[in-house]
Amino acid sequence: MHREFLMGNEAIALGAIAAGVNLITGYPGTPSTEVLETVAKNRQENQYVEWSVNEKAAMEVAAGAAYCGARVMVTMKQVGLNVASDPLMSLEYIGVKGGMVILVADDPGPISSQTEQDTRRFSAFSKLPCFDPSSAQEAYEMVQEAFAYSEEYGTPVFFRPTTRVCHGYASILVKDVEEYSLHKAEGFVKDSKRWVIFPRLSYQNHRKIEERNERLSEVFSEYERNRIYPEEGENAGTRKGIATGGISFTYAMEARDSLGAVRLFKVTTPHPFPEKRALEFLEGLDEVLCLEELDPVIERELTYLCGKYHLPVKIYGKLSHHVRNAGENTRDSVAEDIRKFLGEPDNDSARHMGIEQEREAPCGTADKGQSAALAGEAELPAPPALPVRPPVLCAGCPHRASFYAVKKAMKGKKTIFCGDIGCYTLGNAMPMDMVDTCLCMGAGLGIAQGVGRIEPDTSCFAFVGDSTFFASAITGVVNAVYNQARMTLVVLDNSTTAMTGHQPHPGTGQTMMGEVVSKINIEAVLRGIGVQVVETVNPLDHEAAVECVKRVESEPGAKAIIFKSPCIAVVKASNALKASEDRCIGCKKCVRELGCPALVIKDGKVRIDDSLCTGCTLCSQICPTGAIGGGKNE
Amino acid sequence: MNKNIVLCGVGGQGTVLASKLIAECAMAKNTPVMSAETIGMAQRGGSVFSHLRMGEGLYSPMIAEKTADLIIGFEPGEAVRMLPFLKEGGQVIVSARPIMPITATLSDLEYSGEEMIAYLRAHVENLIVVDADKACQELGSAKVLNILLLGKAVFSGALGFSEEEIKEVIRQKVPEKFHELNFRALGYAKQHN
Repeated sequence: MHREFLMGNEAIALGAIAAGVNLITGYPGTPSTEVLETVAKNRQENQYVEWSVNEKAAMEVAAGAAYCGARVMVTMKQVGLNVASDPLMSLEYIGVKGGMVILVADDPGPISSQTEQDTRRFSAFSKLPCFDPSSAQEAYEMVQEAFAYSEEYGTPVFFRPTTRVCHGYASILVKDVEEYSLHKAEGFVKDSKRWVIFPRLSYQNHRKIEERNERLSEVFSEYERNRIYPEEGENAGTRKGIATGGISFTYAMEARDSLGAVRLFKVTTPHPFPEKRALEFLEGLDEVLCLEELDPVIERELTYLCGKYHLPVKIYGKLSHHVRNAGENTRDSVAEDIRKFLGEPDNDSARHMGIEQEREAPCGTADKGQSAALAGEAELPAPPALPVRPPVLCAGCPHRASFYAVKKAMKGKKTIFCGDIGCYTLGNAMPMDMVDTCLCMGAGLGIAQGVGRIEPDTSCFAFVGDSTFFASAITGVVNAVYNQARMTLVVLDNSTTAMTGHQPHPGTGQTMMGEVVSKINIEAVLRGIGVQVVETVNPLDHEAAVECVKRVESEPGAKAIIFKSPCIAVVKASNALKASEDRCIGCKKCVRELGCPALVIKDGKVRIDDSLCTGCTLCSQICPTGAIGGGKNE
Repeated sequence: MNKNIVLCGVGGQGTVLASKLIAECAMAKNTPVMSAETIGMAQRGGSVFSHLRMGEGLYSPMIAEKTADLIIGFEPGEAVRMLPFLKEGGQVIVSARPIMPITATLSDLEYSGEEMIAYLRAHVENLIVVDADKACQELGSAKVLNILLLGKAVFSGALGFSEEEIKEVIRQKVPEKFHELNFRALGYAKQHN
């Protein structure tokens, strides 16, 4: 064993490697991405890694390997689980031979997601066991245990960390390479009664699953990570308890240290719920406060148990309005919730306070005004107005040029711009304002077609990135061609999966195993599906891009434009542009229309921040006085 | 030696690397360390922060309000934003150079770094303001801001690490071609302390 400073996701990956994982598949999605990347970087002999086209494909590849007795892991974020839910729901009925860990990272806040959905609920829905780690060290150890449970019970299991566990770092103890387990898959053994799903098998297996989960509830009640603090005997007279799990457990422990005696229950396997251990926790308590992020899973389970066993314990949490029911918990929010819970025996006043303490401060950034109101203490005076700093398209991002070209070409026409998931979702920001809809990966195509059905006079555009194109947009194109929809697909091809950290995909010509493979050509795919008009153009050539949009859009049926220019993070920037103070007339057209972060106004004139400018030249192409020069043309 | 440190700035400024270097220094002394940072959507242009904790008996990588010993602000407005985390008597090291958000430029809102620095001066006793424009100009690179601020933290004694300890970590964790530049930035921080 030795110590390393590891991100939670890295810890999970090294844990999986130490457990002898044979295959790991996934689709990138914050906050899950680094798990697969770390396995790829540290993989041992006979460990296969791939970025699959989407989560569904990843789940299916992993399932096949697990049928062969391999130890497998599949990684995704919570919304990705929706894509994979089809194979998942059937796979549970089939089961696996080798250990299969389905890593789904949840995103309370949410910090970079469309939803605050809770995988613990999906776990109950799909009847799969769920492991919920609270720290990097625990995640490292627990993922190895998860493989063992999966194999012992022949079922895939969920491993469900949240953002602060995934992206938190800690100096933790990990195994040396010599200590790693080796796992050898015995291979696929034909048995159609086991591996082919049909109604009779489903019925039989459903009964087995229900029995197994009852047994697992007992097994998990003995699982040492479902723990009650303090240990037996201490604080026997305590009448109040806290039930928690995941990162909230760590916040509660630190608050508890300063707030005094209270019994605390850490729920590490929210499904199947460790009923016996929970009853042990509830024994002799009057009131319990549940502190958890996302859905009130623990709270519902405890409320149910109190009903089932007629226990006179009041359960407080999100359902009872004692803690807020959305958003991320913080050290301070948990401490405050506990402080109020311990200081307020009166139910009604506690409820009243619970409603009042709505907090809006996002993601660990303290909002002073609100926290002052919360604590009821004298605080720092309000600071000068702080700048709002939403994430924006990078300086020089080719997507900005693509959006701008479509905007210019379609000026004055009735349009809808259907967006998708990726960096280019940021095209919604002013001044572009080019994302009218955004639902989930690949959905823009379908929405564009739907709007076109109802409003035939609207010119419908669907924007999709190259990785998202492969992940889940191709099916939408097939649908548009087959059903004769009138729409324009705009593929923003920057040759990478930019938002999650530049992972390769079928269009980049390399795999996660480092092999160079032939690139799948998006234009050829589109033509193969039957899209008659497909044009590829460089969006940074503004005039040509605008002409291309006008030309393609006027064609009937489903047609496509591919804007091809690499992400600024994967190519070296050329010379920064310069704005001439003499020639700049201060019209600010460049700033108003492009909103590039490298353009700043000083004394009424445009200046270019040369630490940000990549030399894309878009601003120089639209400057009415030719005041901006340099860059790639220099 | 328990310490809570907040590093904050704008996505792309190098806060993550700075926090990693501090963590490595702690590791080298066998001090347990934890951290958590913003990554993903806010990577570029958004407000980012890194919580860093070292010492025994820690459960959570996140810092509670009013418990940070030190805030290293890569941008004046971002340091102000994180000020509620500073404990009484805590130290702030801040770059004076504001980064203009595009939202402010678009709405013609004046966002002034001086105003932020004035606010910090009024409310933080233990404050070091770094003239980043001047320093980066003299060092010939805008990319050394993080090492410069880290250097200020080392030489002010706020971190409890020596110059040699931080140099050793840079040698181990930063590509060799940047060593010379980074050591010059450290030297600059020492000289202008």
